[in-house]
Amino acid sequence: MRSPKLNMSGGAAPAKANAAASATRSRRAIVVATLLTCALVALMLASLCTGSVPTTPADVAELLLGGGAETARRVLWEIRLPRVLTATLLGGALSLSGFLLQTFFANPIADPFVLGVSSGARLAVALAMIVVLGGNHVMSSWLSVAVALAGSLATMGIVLAIARFVRSQSTLIVAGVMVGSACSAATNFLVAFADDTSIVNLHNWSQGSFSGASWPALAPIVLIVITLSLVVFALSKPLGAYQLGEGYAQSVGVNVRALRLVIVLVSSVLSGCVAAFAGPISFVGIAAPHLARMAVGSSKPLLVIPACFLMGAVFCCGCDLVARTLFAPVELSVSAVTAVVGAPIVIALMLRRRMP
Amino acid sequence: MTAHSVCPANKPGAVASQAPALVTHDLAVGHGKRPLVRGINLTVMPGSITVLIGPNGSGKTTILRTLSGHLRPLAGNIELVGMPLAALSAAERAQTLAALFCERPKTNLLSCYEVVEEGRHPYTGRLGVLGTDDSTAVRASLEATGTWDIANRDFAHISDGQRQRVLLARALCQTPRVLLLDEPTAHLDIRAALDMLTLLRHKAHERGMAIVMSLHEIDLAYKAADQVVCIRDGAVQRVGTPDEVMTAPQVEGLFDLEPETYNPLFGSMELARPAGPPQVFVVAGGGTGTACFRALARAGIPFAAGVLHANDADTLLAQALATQVVAEKAFEPVSDEALAQARTALRSCEHLICCLDTFGTGNARNAELLDEAQRLGMPVFSNAAAYLSWRDRREA
Repeated sequence: MRSPKLNMSGGAAPAKANAAASATRSRRAIVVATLLTCALVALMLASLCTGSVPTTPADVAELLLGGGAETARRVLWEIRLPRVLTATLLGGALSLSGFLLQTFFANPIADPFVLGVSSGARLAVALAMIVVLGGNHVMSSWLSVAVALAGSLATMGIVLAIARFVRSQSTLIVAGVMVGSACSAATNFLVAFADDTSIVNLHNWSQGSFSGASWPALAPIVLIVITLSLVVFALSKPLGAYQLGEGYAQSVGVNVRALRLVIVLVSSVLSGCVAAFAGPISFVGIAAPHLARMAVGSSKPLLVIPACFLMGAVFCCGCDLVARTLFAPVELSVSAVTAVVGAPIVIALMLRRRMP
Repeated sequence: MTAHSVCPANKPGAVASQAPALVTHDLAVGHGKRPLVRGINLTVMPGSITVLIGPNGSGKTTILRTLSGHLRPLAGNIELVGMPLAALSAAERAQTLAALFCERPKTNLLSCYEVVEEGRHPYTGRLGVLGTDDSTAVRASLEATGTWDIANRDFAHISDGQRQRVLLARALCQTPRVLLLDEPTAHLDIRAALDMLTLLRHKAHERGMAIVMSLHEIDLAYKAADQVVCIRDGAVQRVGTPDEVMTAPQVEGLFDLEPETYNPLFGSMELARPAGPPQVFVVAGGGTGTACFRALARAGIPFAAGVLHANDADTLLAQALATQVVAEKAFEPVSDEALAQARTALRSCEHLICCLDTFGTGNARNAELLDEAQRLGMPVFSNAAAYLSWRDRREA
């Protein structure tokens, strides 16, 4: 005979395990964040030490404090340090941008690269660079961010318009990849026909690289990335509700329309910022948030957002180090390295989710 | 606000004296400008369950989405615990009203516990960090829905029935006074659907929480509802108790069924029998007891029944709902043995309901049970309604 199972309290053992589990969740997130910070510092130090002018960690400390040889100090201050900081911040930015888009589309393999947003931003910057450089002007950092933002928002608009008509998540991704390929093709076309002397940097940049990093470019990066990362963290609560569905978020009092707008804007600015300074960098936006979620063991935004940022930073810093050192003095594009590491993660995700 | 209405738990008798939890006046609902359903006048009391029934596309979901504030009313107004819904802030509304719609959250690495935590959204601070009170509420609602032992499982990898219970736990820990559910039994197997409705009835009763839900399963609506609202052709056709509204012709008309295809008596599924030792003994037979059994089951009062005859409609139903059934072979007069068993059962009860006006030759000796009850000074009632209102008065 049936019996109503109204109070299956599960006994004392699971109850205890449970109470402990809810506390350990936040502890785990803190441990993960601490470990990632340590890894990041170690990688940054390693990046500062390696290169055509080898340096020891002790030297690095001395050079940073203003001592040591003139050449070594200039290499460290003017080339390596801005590059490391750029890789760190842009890596974090990419990861958060990916996290936001995954939340927005409820799709674990959405990110600015896959959806074509990065490529759109890059096309806009390439266009502006060639036009501006053609007139023998140097484009300011802020201008290139603005142009990249315009490009990423325009592409995002196209992707969102497509998303309105397609129900299937995989069709959306395919559409994004198509938009991205079209933009890339256009960019390559522009680069191919640009004036030879002015495209050395342009070429590097259009393949995805942190080699153009410099202090003037770092200022807007620091400002934009840190501000927006804090904004994303502050949005943890509504994002948590949004993860459980738009209708639900609305029913607990979230202004869904405003939240969606903020998600699109913030993720576009973040990915635009990356595209402006480093070109397109593939798969970080998928791989880093995924690894962060696995490390934290949850996708609760409050816990996972800091880990996401740090994971992206570690990922990009590490990949940049590999790109610089693997075939030194030849430098690989960082996007090539991130793709080698990131693509298997994306494939694994697709296989596991069996997307509709 | 009195202490009484703040803490309605375990006060089922007080329900009738409370103000309505939800009222609509001439409400018209729809997407865009064209009303889909108009002239909706509903009064939903705390602790009661109102079920919307009607064919697909009749506007049940649209009504629920309007009551929850997702859609604007096209005309008329909605009062939530005496306040106009439109005047409440989103947070105030979320603290009073919880909704569970059909959208199935697609989560990625989120434990059931974390999903339920989200229910505290209207109560937590800027970053949504849970305090001790919040954690207590989360735990209580996980326990209440029987999902405490799966709290650490990944929400994406549990069964539909479990998922629905976890989502209910999320809604319950919002501590709403009105709970809206759209097809809470959709995608559930019969067992999970029955558990779900049993749980809802129990919670409505225990917390004095008003429930408004849509249901596809007519038989379940009949069994679970205090009030049934029939919606068809852009209007509310009838509102009333299941017994008033869900007669065969009504239901057949509502769903365009062939005449006599719907039998309100013989749904093959029933809500779970009330737990505990029997409180009331029911004398019935020949189908006179079915309404009484269902009323007692709805009220969650365990009962015993006898002496009934095998294969009688009452016996079939009592076997599903009663804690104890004393039965005699079909077409035989009540034996000494059966009567003795019935007496024992009767003595363990506090009250007696006799649904029969007269006894026939087959069950003549059931009259001795009535005499026995009178001898014991046991209150005797002639139907469930009289008994339940007497109980309510006594408890109030």
